[in-house]
Formats: sequence, structure tokens, C-alpha cells
Amino acid sequence: MTTPRLLQGNEALVEGALAAGVRFFAGYPITPATEILELMARKLPRLGGKFIQMEDELGSMGAVIGASVAGAKAMTASSGPGISLKQENIGFAIIAEIPCVVVNVMRGGPSTGMPTLPSQMDVMQAKWGAHGDHPAIALAPWSVEECFTTAVRAVNLAERFRTPVTLLSDAEIAHMREVYAPPESVETIDRPRPNCPREEYVPYRPDERGIPAMADFGSGYRWHPDSNCHDEYGFPATNNHAVGDKLVRRLVGKVNDYAEEIHWLSEERLEDAEIVVFAFGSVARSASEAVDVARSQGIKAGLLRPISIWPFPDPAVAKVAARAKAILVAEGNLGQLLGEVQRVAAGRCPVAHFSRVDGLIPRPEQILARIKELA
Amino acid sequence: MLSTAQMLEKYYLVDKLPNIWCAGCGDGAIAAALVRAVDELGIDKNSLTQVNGIGCSGRVGAYQDFDVIKGTHGRALAFATGIKLFKPELTVVAIMGDGDCGAIGGNHFIHAARRNIDLTALVINNRIYGMTGGQSSPTTPFGDRASTALTGSVERPFDLCQLAIGAGATYVARGTVYHIKQLQRLLKNAIAHKGFSFVEVVSQCPIYYGRYNDEASPAAMLRWQKESAVSVTAAQGLSPEELQGKIVIGEFVAKDEPEFVSEYQALIDRYGQEAAE
Repeated sequence: MTTPRLLQGNEALVEGALAAGVRFFAGYPITPATEILELMARKLPRLGGKFIQMEDELGSMGAVIGASVAGAKAMTASSGPGISLKQENIGFAIIAEIPCVVVNVMRGGPSTGMPTLPSQMDVMQAKWGAHGDHPAIALAPWSVEECFTTAVRAVNLAERFRTPVTLLSDAEIAHMREVYAPPESVETIDRPRPNCPREEYVPYRPDERGIPAMADFGSGYRWHPDSNCHDEYGFPATNNHAVGDKLVRRLVGKVNDYAEEIHWLSEERLEDAEIVVFAFGSVARSASEAVDVARSQGIKAGLLRPISIWPFPDPAVAKVAARAKAILVAEGNLGQLLGEVQRVAAGRCPVAHFSRVDGLIPRPEQILARIKELA
Repeated sequence: MLSTAQMLEKYYLVDKLPNIWCAGCGDGAIAAALVRAVDELGIDKNSLTQVNGIGCSGRVGAYQDFDVIKGTHGRALAFATGIKLFKPELTVVAIMGDGDCGAIGGNHFIHAARRNIDLTALVINNRIYGMTGGQSSPTTPFGDRASTALTGSVERPFDLCQLAIGAGATYVARGTVYHIKQLQRLLKNAIAHKGFSFVEVVSQCPIYYGRYNDEASPAAMLRWQKESAVSVTAAQGLSPEELQGKIVIGEFVAKDEPEFVSEYQALIDRYGQEAAE
């Protein structure tokens, strides 16, 4: 371990990303993600990495993709309005299978909304922001320490699955400070690269897990990543029904069939819990305290906190739904994860909801009051 | 110079042919001029990266045996920037159309020029959106017709070379499909130039631009290129009125200025030295 330091969430996130091997960052200034841009500008050249402040958000996503095909572990960071602009090229990274990490430091929306205040309104955007059927991987930290650990995990998952990974922080998590001692080193994963002769390289022929090997541009394999529906050679096959069907199913399946590898949850006092609060990120901090207070008052409450949001942790929620008296979904939006929990609970237990969308995280007593109503 | 057979053998994915372009289109000839320029420069196939955009011009790389990324509409230069910055040893050529570069990608275009990043931007200007069926583009001349300007465009067009110069490009040239040997030379100079190089090729789209403007024969459109062309030097002696309807061809700018990727590398080296001390 390093010496414990007082770190800001955005700062820990940058340290995690660099520890995981990120050596390219392209971005554009936006509150509350700007510190990530500034820290990357300062740190990357000292590590021999590359930083660029692009002309806009679309361009920064494009530059990240370019660097990734050239072999970089690459990242960008933004917030709501910027993330909306990046969607076009996020879709490209999905279909062309270009690993990259997109940090969304969430603020209130829609549009420019409440730039300096936290929200959890972009949960569904992280899943369905880009058009077309596609997989989604999203992680959400609740502390400074987790800004570091989820950043490491996000980079590793992007490399493992060859797809963009979203890191959903928020203005509260990004700007708060906690004492944390980042590890000296972390476990890293690199994308699968071809080791066959060039003549045998079929750039989009998947391995048994559905992932094709990816050659760095300039390494002599000469391949053609393409935004269109493409065959195993990367060549456009825009009118070939069988190729289109196979591609979209593989893109979704390569993630969803291995969702267990991605699922990452924290459980607090769940063993005998009757009222289970389901919350993530900054809202879960209040939920955790509400659960503790409820317990001290004799209510069997517990917290199920997803650190990975997408793919949705169906098994963990199903397990809770089978034995809880009720699930309380607490979130900083008007019900984006509520629908997911209801879908998985499928009537096995009541699912209640608590929302706050005024730019404040809920007070623990507000969640406690809802727990008491359900007990 | 490479014969066609040699060129196909060495640089083309022959099994992907025939290409999708309409008969009489200029794209195939421009693609060949690019490959011949690369060959004459002696650039290894593995160190040339091509970035394509969306539209008819976005299919050049599909038939060629390089690393080629065909990105989203207008973003070719953003993708190219990431590639070049991360791997400066690669020679990066972005190929775009007039709509791709001049409309939806305009911001990336002017900023790549401003930054003077060592890329070559090749814009195939057929003055119309061909892939989508003939809509007016930012280079459709005032009064010319398109499917979205049936009685003639009422917008003023861009002069893409002047735009590149204004934005700070350090190599700017224009050629035509008719003057294909000159185009090959311009592309060679552009790729060899250290800094942001911009080459506009005036091309012909007989199927859409031609038909909308009573000029449907490819031969007539090439003749128009031949007869309207004026060299940069000759143009200097002509008045704006005399230059109306002319295509000024040749090199407008070729100058040395600090190049972005080298400047960034110098920064990395400086930090490295400081750390070593």
C-alpha cells in the first residue's frame, strides 16, 4: 500500500485508470468531470502517455477510438450533455469492438440541467444511449476508494470484452474527499491480440467466448474496422441478413452470456433482512446509514448495492426478492432502476420506491421513513 | 510508375472488387492516385493508416490493403488524431467527402488544421451528397441544382482550400480527377509534408450532380475540369470576376510551422529528463 492520502473522487478515478494502464485520454471541459481532464493533462505526459483536449465531445470520443485501435488503453470523461454528444462514436466502438472507457460524472438533467449537482439520471442512457441493439457494461462507485477500484475494473472489462465500458460517478462522489491509500499495483487485463501469421488473421472471427483478437494498427495485420454491419473480415455486409443477425447476436451475447463475470455487488446486513434497500452510488451512502439506524431500532433492514449496474444483476435481485418482505429501490432519478427491479422481482415481493431529483442526495432519515412504512 | 496490374497486386483487396461506385465516378481514379503516391514515397504498407468517413469517398479504403478504419460521418479527422498522437510512427491519411469534411465534420477539420497535426486530409469534392441521392452540399455552387435545391441552391458555397488556409493548414493544394498526374504529385507532397496537409480533389458525380445540372456525361464533366482549371500562378494575375467558375489548381501553401505531435513528444521528453535528473 501507498501512504494514505486525502483524495478527491475524480483524483482517485484518474489514479485507478492510470494504474490499470490508461495511456491515452481525450476530453473536453465540462462540470463536474473537468478535474479528470486536468489531472490527465498533468499526469499522462509524465508517464509517456498522450493527452489531448479536443475541439468537442464528439471529437474526443473519436480520438479515443483512434488511439485504441493503435493499441492504447484509452479513456474519456464527461457529464450528461457531453455524454449525449459522444453516443454516436460510442455506438461505433460497440460495433467495431474497440475497447475504451467512458466516465460519466452524472449531474442533473435533462440538457444542461444542474451542472454542479449530483444525480443518477443517466442510468438508462448508460444502457441505451447509443442507437441499435447492443450490450452495455456500467460500473458505479460510491466512495473515493471505489473511484479507484471501479476505474481499474472498467479498464479491465473494456479490454476483456472489447467494448466501451461506462463508469457512472456523480458530482457528489467526484468532488468529495476521503482518505485512501491506493495499492502499489493492480491486476490488469489486456485485450486479446492475434499471434497467428498475418494470412490467417480473420479480424472479426470470435474465440469460444465470442471475442475476436484485436491487432494494433501498424503491427502488420492490416485490418478494416468499420461502422457498418460487417462480416468476419470487417468488410461491409449491409444487405446480408444472415451476417447482420449473427453480428448483433454475438455483440450482445459476448457480454450478456458472461454477465456473472461482471456482476459486482456489495451486501450489508442481508442475511436475515426483511426490508432490502436497493441503491447505488451516492444514494447508497444514505441508504447504508438508514439501514444501520433501522437495525438499531429493531427493524430487519439490509442493503443490496450494485457496483456493476449493467448488465443488471438479475440473480442477486431474484435471490433477495424470493425471501424479502419488500424491496425499496432508492435512486436519484424517477424510477430507472425501479423498473429493472420490478422485472426481476416479478411479483415475488412488493417493490417500493424512493426518489430525489432536486440535486441533493437523500438524507438517511428520508430513506429510514420509507423503510419504517414497509416494515 | 506502378502499372494497374502491379498496383492491384500490391495494394488492392482484389477479392473485394468490383467496387460500389457508379460508372464515371472519380473515386476509383483518386484511390489509385493515392496508392501510387504512397508507393513512390516508399512507405511500407504496414505503416500507412487510412481513415475513411461516410459517403461514396468512405469506401476508398475498403478495397485497399492497409490498416483502414472507416469511422462515423464527419469524424475521420478525430479518429486520425487519436491514431497519430498515440502512434506517431504511422503515416495517417484521412479521406473524406465535401459533406463529410465541410459540413458535419467541419469543426474537426478546422481544429486539425489549427493544431497542425501531421495528417493528410484528402477531400473528394463532387459538390453533392452522392451516397444519399444528390442533396446539396457546402460546396454546391450558388444556383446549381440538387435534390434539396431543385430550382438552384440559394446558399453560398465554401472554398475548402481557403477554409484550410484560414484555419492554419501548413500544406494546402487542389487538384482534379482530369489532372490525375498532378494530383498524384500533390498527394505525394502532402503526405511527405510534416504538418496538417489538405488536398481537395474536384471530382465528378455524373449520376447525381451531373443529372441535376444537365451535365450527365462523365466525359463532359472531365472536359469541364480540364477547361475550367487555372494554375495557382496564373490565378494570381486574374481578377475575382475572371476567376468566376474557374478551378484554381496546384499548391496554395507549403510552409513549416511547429507540429503538434512533435511538440507533445518534446513535452514528454522534457518531463522524462527532469525525472532523470
